[in-house]
Amino acid sequence: MKQEIRICGFGGQGVVLAGHVLGKAAAAYDGLTAILTQSYGPEARGGAARTEVVISDRSIGYPRIVSADVLVAMSQEAFHKFREDIREHGIVIVDPDLVIDHQVERKTYRVPATRIAEELGNKITANVVMVGALTSITEVVTRDAMMQSVLETVPARFKDLNRRALEAGFRAGEEARSVEATLALTGE
Amino acid sequence: MDTNLVRQVLGQKVQFIHGDMACVYGALLAGCNFFAGYPITPATEVAEGMSELLPKLGGRYIQMEDEIASMGAIIGASWTGAKAMTSTSGPGFSLMQENIGYAVMSEAPCVIVNVQRSGPSTGQPTLPAQGDMMQARWGTHGDHEIIMLYPYSVQEALEMTITAFNLAEKYRTPVLLFIDAELGHMQEKVVIPEDDEFEVCYRQTVTVSKEEYQAFRPGNNAHPDRLVPEFAPFGSGYRTYVTGLTHNEAGLPRTNSPEIHDRMIRRLCEKILANRADMTFFKESYADDCDIALVAYGITARACEDAVAEARERGIKVGMLRLITIWPFPEDLIQQWARKVRLMVVPEMNLGQMIHPIREAVAGQCRVVPLNKIGGEVHTPGEILEGMVRAIEREREREPAAA
Repeated sequence: MKQEIRICGFGGQGVVLAGHVLGKAAAAYDGLTAILTQSYGPEARGGAARTEVVISDRSIGYPRIVSADVLVAMSQEAFHKFREDIREHGIVIVDPDLVIDHQVERKTYRVPATRIAEELGNKITANVVMVGALTSITEVVTRDAMMQSVLETVPARFKDLNRRALEAGFRAGEEARSVEATLALTGE
Repeated sequence: MDTNLVRQVLGQKVQFIHGDMACVYGALLAGCNFFAGYPITPATEVAEGMSELLPKLGGRYIQMEDEIASMGAIIGASWTGAKAMTSTSGPGFSLMQENIGYAVMSEAPCVIVNVQRSGPSTGQPTLPAQGDMMQARWGTHGDHEIIMLYPYSVQEALEMTITAFNLAEKYRTPVLLFIDAELGHMQEKVVIPEDDEFEVCYRQTVTVSKEEYQAFRPGNNAHPDRLVPEFAPFGSGYRTYVTGLTHNEAGLPRTNSPEIHDRMIRRLCEKILANRADMTFFKESYADDCDIALVAYGITARACEDAVAEARERGIKVGMLRLITIWPFPEDLIQQWARKVRLMVVPEMNLGQMIHPIREAVAGQCRVVPLNKIGGEVHTPGEILEGMVRAIEREREREPAAA
């Protein structure tokens, strides 16, 4: 098993942190091997940010991803930049409110992570909602491992908020899955 | 320093951290209690981690005005008995060169982390390159030996930082710990070792009275044959004079004596060269079943591992030698490999640096082919494999099989 996951958006959305909790869930709590690499623009905020996580049940040599099994896009610019580089059987997960044009010939899941986070009271947790959805859509890590990873990573006073965000993300992922399955059945 | 307290400050035993932070963890486990530095991409996180964690352990962190001063500060700290470290990248490493020589000459144990980025000058600040290999060896002027270690994973960065401190202490010399920009910012699992899983060394403390003490007399009362002098820190009441000038065993400048200079410099070199076995680290794969060798180091070696696996599946008999110790150069090891393979391929993220000492050691016993890449991207496994296959084909054209 080897999964190459690219999470992208604009700087300040917590894209690298999203990759960090994903890699940590896999490596520290699920007994898998994981590597995270990152790149970002010179800006403190804004600009295109991306993080790439390779997860495998074996050791990983070359640390970068070759092409993505999963693309998670949280900004239009990032989506346009990276949509070409997805494996044939790869999937795309987008925040449809931020990535309005998400036309791509890959199985696509729509997770309104930012809206969900806002409803929970803080849009800063959109990244955590998104990794929750990623977890239930791909099952690349277990929900338990992801929960542990998130709770170990965030400061104590934000634990409750992030727990709720992650749980909402798990549910949003399930919903996105069933919507995708229905669309596939109706041939859309 | 109490390693249980260190472990408490570091937190969970299994973590997912980047290479820069692994250097911080390794340093603290090794007992580092002084850090002076100046932030620079991609090494800033080493300083950042130190600034956060070192004070919690009673250590001192100083942000200096530049890298020249940083190097000066750790040498001074070292002479008070501290285990001292700095970290930098290309441009800062250039600035440190003169004082690295001062640390060699004054036998001040210290560790310098260089997170290699692309140069010359400010180059590509955020991108990896391996252009400082020869600067590490000869960046400071004059005859000298230097120890340099080059880990290739986050776990190994932690472990080799501990080793760097141990070698610095044992041999009273600056030790260079290199990681690639790619590794510095790459996150991976790390397991913090227990006390019985690693060694922590300290410099030989003074064994003689204040009257007898000579700061640069090699050996000590227990081991008179040692090449490394015993150590009394500044402020201990032992008279110590430290200079970068050629000095006698009391540390006093003696700049006109050919004999003193010759004896001193040869001893400084020999204390390292005579102990190569203690400081030569490497990893081999398919060493006894190959006729082609990949010789690599740092992050490049990770792509090589994938390339070797793919090549073996295709029936290419390739083995791999990964150098962890770069200096002193493990020439015996290269010679052993040269005797068993017909071709050595040397991928480097520069236009050819380590290939020179490799060729010198090989001395014509097999062909040595460079596989260079610059621009800020790590070789892909595919590029290594392709380059190797091309080299094999050229080799065949050159020496058609005797039919």
